[in-house]
Order: sequence, then structure tokens, then C-alpha cells
Amino acid sequence: MRIETIFEMTSPCRDNFRIQGYRFGEGEKTLAIVGAMRGDEVQQQYICSQLVNRLTMMEQRGEIVRGKSILVIPSCNPFSMNVSRRFWAMDNTDINRMFPGYDQGETTQRIAAAVFSAINGFEYGIQMASYYVPGDFVPHVRMLKTGYEDVETARLFGMKYVTICQPRPFDTALLNYNWQLWDTKAFSVYAGKTDRIDRNTGNETLDAIFRMMKRTGIIHQGSLGVAYDSILIDEADLLHIKAHHAGIFCRLVDAGSRVAAGESLAHIIDPYNGQVLSDVKSAAEGTVFFAHHRPVVFQNALLFMIHVA
Amino acid sequence: MIKTIVSTELPIDEQFRIRKNVIQHGRKDGLRFCVVTGTHGDELEGQMVCYELARIATERIDLLDGTLEIYPALNPLGIDTIQRGIPNFDLDMNRIFPGDPQGTMAEQTAHAIIEDIKGADLVIDIHSSNLYLRETPQVRINVQNSEWLVPFAERLGMDFVWVHDAATVLEATLAHSLNSTGTPCLVVEMGVGQRINHKMCRRLVRGILHLMQTMGMWKDSSIDELPNPLICKGDHVTFLNAETSGVFLTELKCGVNVSKGQTIGQIVDPLCGRVLSTVSSPVDGYLFTIRAYPIVYEGSLMARIFNLPC
Ligand SMILES: [Zn+2]
Repeated sequence: MRIETIFEMTSPCRDNFRIQGYRFGEGEKTLAIVGAMRGDEVQQQYICSQLVNRLTMMEQRGEIVRGKSILVIPSCNPFSMNVSRRFWAMDNTDINRMFPGYDQGETTQRIAAAVFSAINGFEYGIQMASYYVPGDFVPHVRMLKTGYEDVETARLFGMKYVTICQPRPFDTALLNYNWQLWDTKAFSVYAGKTDRIDRNTGNETLDAIFRMMKRTGIIHQGSLGVAYDSILIDEADLLHIKAHHAGIFCRLVDAGSRVAAGESLAHIIDPYNGQVLSDVKSAAEGTVFFAHHRPVVFQNALLFMIHVA
Repeated sequence: MIKTIVSTELPIDEQFRIRKNVIQHGRKDGLRFCVVTGTHGDELEGQMVCYELARIATERIDLLDGTLEIYPALNPLGIDTIQRGIPNFDLDMNRIFPGDPQGTMAEQTAHAIIEDIKGADLVIDIHSSNLYLRETPQVRINVQNSEWLVPFAERLGMDFVWVHDAATVLEATLAHSLNSTGTPCLVVEMGVGQRINHKMCRRLVRGILHLMQTMGMWKDSSIDELPNPLICKGDHVTFLNAETSGVFLTELKCGVNVSKGQTIGQIVDPLCGRVLSTVSSPVDGYLFTIRAYPIVYEGSLMARIFNLPC
């Protein structure tokens, strides 16, 4: 294992801002893994720390296939995590919406450019991602439809779901989108949670990443745990369930729950008198893919996405 | 007449509303002119412009021939919480148009806004830079629409018209979404975030009334011709970014000519009393943007200069 500094800059009055990379193996640029890009992505950071830990041992035991190299960047944004901000604290910009970056541009464009030049040219890329709508997910692999998305490799993670979605204009500056355009097979891995560490979904996700590494011939030893035969879904085909009323949100099911048609998923209650304003039901039988997690909801907010089957 | 274009419940005893003032006089089938602002909650110049327009148009309604619609707060929760974006939402509101009736609340709101505005004969979307930059009064136009929109922009009496390249992410702005439905929309940028520059606001009010006059919607002969703006087409803007992190000190304001080599400001280190780097102009040109917020990081935008032809 070799540690290298991917990017470093001075700050007006804090310590230097540094992005550190961990390299394993020698040879072809085979797999790059990027962890937290936002200051609240602690689950993503946790998973990367576990990856670095295990890969260090595996390298010592000679379990990385000869001629393959791996780069892990556990955090692209330690400054924001240290002050509990999701985005770059100075101007609230999102590093993950600055790709492929510009080394002569604004601060977060420069950070993105430095990260992108370090991870560009790898055969496979994994980003530990979080979503712009707050909530819990069934852990899954997500890809933007660019024409280059590689569904077959995405299945090798053996996660329950592989999802694809149509990129919107604001998605064209995401890492996943640009990685794909620059010929890396790119996968965004959603580990269920963002701002909390959940070791169960974290370990499941770690298993999935090691499984993919084994199945693509990067490591000799695979991981434990049971692989799913992944279900491919287009996000547009999920059943979207919205809040008819605003109020206090009492969730009755979790991400991953199996629900029947007509089953209550949540109650929205009046914040003053406790009356049930809305009994949120599933229109069909299926699996809860996404569940809103804030204790209060706005009217028309997206509460659940159900995979109907 | 006040109309509500979006109304949804917030969790605790509050209705989220986006409202507009529809001021109508003269021909019922006349032209419709919309002034919108407040997409970015930290940009406040548009508040005074809306106030002045609503006041003048109501007081002198006899001069109006057509419909003037004023939307002062497209992102009311952002304005109220002193933030650029929408509270508890990751994306800039001006990156989610034309919205989505099936999407998040912000996307539904964006959709409702577009549906309400589209079809207008002209839309002015007023921005005022942000906390970090000071801007000379200017109109920004996507290069794809320059032939169509520059003739409108020239009549607004601003200092500068910047015809800029089209980045894909900018396809999701309010202006681009309206323009692509055939509704002309001009983006005005001026001033600095969180403050109101009265002089600039009065100029824009006058410019808007002048533009309405040339469209036959405002019958006021007392508005004279306004000065023509500098028009920048093509790749003639120099961006200056900070070479070092530190504290930026400058004596300059924007809207002035600068010469090649001229010092725009210095980035200093308050701990050691040193100058870390000097920001100077690499070209002869017109300084239309300058850094307003003094704390800078490597890469922070310090100035934008329109390269004047020699
Ligand atoms: Zn703005």
C-alpha cells in the first residue's frame, strides 16, 4: 500500500486541504474507488476505511492479482465533514457536480479536476454515492444511461438491484456521467444510508464490492455472503408514492420491506392534534426501494418508491 | 390582482405560496410582460425592482396597455432563510427547470412556474450575483438565442450584454427553459448578494419601462433613449481566479476600464503580514465582475474582464 497526496492547497486560516489516495497492487489501472465527496457521507467514508483496511491485509497476503492496481480515495472533502456541512463550506458548491473539473477554474472545479485526473483511465470506477433526495435505500448499484453503461458488470456486484436512470441536464456534471464518457465502466454504489453509519448495510456493500473485484479478476479471494441475481430496474418504472398532506411522518415500513397491495406504509399525522391526516398505502404489491426519513414532510413530497413485482 | 400560482402545505401550520401581481390595463388581448426574481434567495436587488414597478404601474395604470405580471419571490423559503438554494434540497433551483410534476416538491414548483409564465411576450429574470461577486448591471444571453434576444437586451439601458457559451447544466435554468418553449427571457445580473443597490435598481426599472414603451405597452413619452450597452459576443472574457488562498483586498469597484498589468487587488496573509499574490489584469478591458467577499481559496473567482478590442 502506498499513500499519495492527490491534491493539496493552503486555506485562509485552517490547515491545508488535502485529498489522500491509497494505492494497492502494481500494473494496469484497474479499479478506482471514490468515497465521501460531501461532508455528510459518513457511511461512504466508513466503507472506504474498511476497504483500505482489508485491501492492506490482502495485499500483504498476495491476494491482489498480479498486474492489477487499485486506487482508493476515502474522502475528496475532509474540510466539509470536519465542519458538518454537506457541501464546500465557502460557497456551498457540490464537488460531485463539478466533473470533469477545470484546473484553472473555481476551487471546487479544481478539486474535481485533480480527483478526475487521478481516477481517469481506470478500467472500472466505483463511487460511494448519496442521493439528492433524503431517505433510505435498498443498497444498489446505479448507473446513468449514457449509452456506455455496463449493466452486465453491474450485476457482478450481486446486489439486490441494479438501477439505471435517464440523466437530466444537472446530472451531466456528475462523476458517474463523466467517468462513463471517458471510458471507465462506472458504478455508483448506494450503501443505504448517508449521514449515519449502518454496519449491516455497510458490510453488505463491502461484500458486494469484493465480490465484484473477484468476479472481474482483480483479487483472488472473493467475499463471504450471498449474492443476489440482481434485478435491473429503470428508476422511471418504480411506483412513486407522494404525501397528500404535510405533517409529522410516522413510517411503518423500511427500505427493503415487502409490502402488499393496500398495505399502510406510513401515517401522516396532524402536528397539533395527532389526527391521522393521511394513511399512506401502497397501490401494489412490491418491495420498498426508497423510503423518506425526515420526521416531518411537505405536501407532495416523495415518500416511497416501490419496486412492483 | 394578486394570484397564487403554487400553494402547498408545509408540515406545521403554514402554507407554501408563490404569488404574482397581475396588473392589467388597456387591451385585454395585448402583450404580456413578466418580471420574475428571487430564484436565488440571497439575491435581493429584484425585490426593489419589483416594488418600484408594482408601485409605478399601479399609480400610473393609465400608461399601461397590456399586462404586467410581477413575481417577486420564486424561492420564498430561500429568501426567508438567507440562503441561495431551497432549504433541505441539494440542487440550485435554477438548475431544475423545466421541473417535473412527478418529481420532488422543488421540481413540481419549477414545473408550475414554467407553466404559469410560458407564452409571455417578454420575461425579465432578475439576479444579483451572490455574496462573493459584485456585478455591473448586465444582461446575460445564451449564444444560441443571441440574434433573437440581443435586440431586446439593447433597450434595457444596462452597461453590458454578455453573450455566453451554452453549458449543458445551464439548459436547466428558468431562462433557458422559457426560451426553448419560444418565450423570450432575458437574465439580468447586477449588484452583490444580500444587499440592494438603489441606483442600479432605479436604472433597471427605467430600462424595463423603456423596453415596455418600445413594445407599445407603456405610453410614457418622458423616457428618453437610454445609452447603448457594451456587447460582448464570442470568447472575449478573461476570468481571473485566485492563485492562493487568503484575504483579498481591493480598492476597485466593477464597471471600470482596466489596463494590461494594472493591479486589481492583493491576496494577503493576516498572520504574517505578507502579500501572498497580486491579482492583476492580463488584458486591456472592461472590468464587469469583481470579488466582493474577502475570504478566498485557491481558484476563487476574483474578476471577469471583457477584453476590449485594441
Ligand atoms: Zn441568481
